[in-house]
Amino acid sequence: MKDLISGLNKIFESRVRLGIMSVLMVNDTYDFNSFKETLDVTDGNLASHLKALEEKKMIRVNKQFIGRKPNTSYSVTDDGRQLFSQHLKNLEDLIRAQ
Amino acid sequence: MENINSSADELKTIRKIMEDSSRFLSLSGLSGLFAGLFAIAGALVAWFLILNRGSIHYDEYFHSLSAKETSILRLQLIGDALAVLLLSIASALWFSARKAEKAGKNLWTPVSRRLLVNFLIPLATGGIFVLILLLQNHIQLIVPGLLIFYGLALLNAGKFTYGEVFYLGLLEIITGLASAIFPSIGILFWVFGFGILHIIYGFFMYRKYES
Repeated sequence: MKDLISGLNKIFESRVRLGIMSVLMVNDTYDFNSFKETLDVTDGNLASHLKALEEKKMIRVNKQFIGRKPNTSYSVTDDGRQLFSQHLKNLEDLIRAQ
Repeated sequence: MENINSSADELKTIRKIMEDSSRFLSLSGLSGLFAGLFAIAGALVAWFLILNRGSIHYDEYFHSLSAKETSILRLQLIGDALAVLLLSIASALWFSARKAEKAGKNLWTPVSRRLLVNFLIPLATGGIFVLILLLQNHIQLIVPGLLIFYGLALLNAGKFTYGEVFYLGLLEIITGLASAIFPSIGILFWVFGFGILHIIYGFFMYRKYES
């Protein structure tokens, strides 16, 4: 039991970060405004969690221009995908162990 | 943000976000059912009112006359087809909005926009292509063109909604190809592809997901 719990990754412990990772697991890319809509969070809150995940190399930022407007989209890194899958597996194991 | 205590809740939340962000599930089976009924009504209008119970054989008749002499007939048929299209779109929007509202979801989301773009590009391509066919007097290829491009549009949109939409698309493509082989009974293929297939699909989807 203890092993399972310590295996859960601290990186994903907030609701917003979980949401960001969940979205990126099933979408190749996702932009800032779409995240805001899907997860129903404020700009500042979303930006800080995206930044944190980027610094931990869980997600990748792609900056583009659509016309003159900057458009920032995000995708999951290989490491991020692997860690999040592991996190999901841990959750399932934990439920099964109960 | 609060932390999630229970692993089961956390997993449930993750699965819900994955589903909501990748698939638009407010598409209602009833809209398929109504699209089918409108298509059949449109075909009846074309057969009895515009083509005079088939005494105007649209294929040979159109070919024997210059484009100018048949232009009224053409416009009536275009108007009939457009009415079917617009009524179908309106019912799709109405029933989807109702289903979304019942489930407490938004209709206009990142995934519904992706769905729309992926649906509309092949569909608009088909629409323009069919107009070109009409202008160049390839009347016998219009029904096959409509069915095939509509099928491709569904196939493409199927990635963003229920998987069944993909298979409906395949059936429309097959119907379209078959109708190209038998051009003289295009109106029957129209009734089957846009009418009967939609009604079966709509009934099946409604039973499976909404009742």
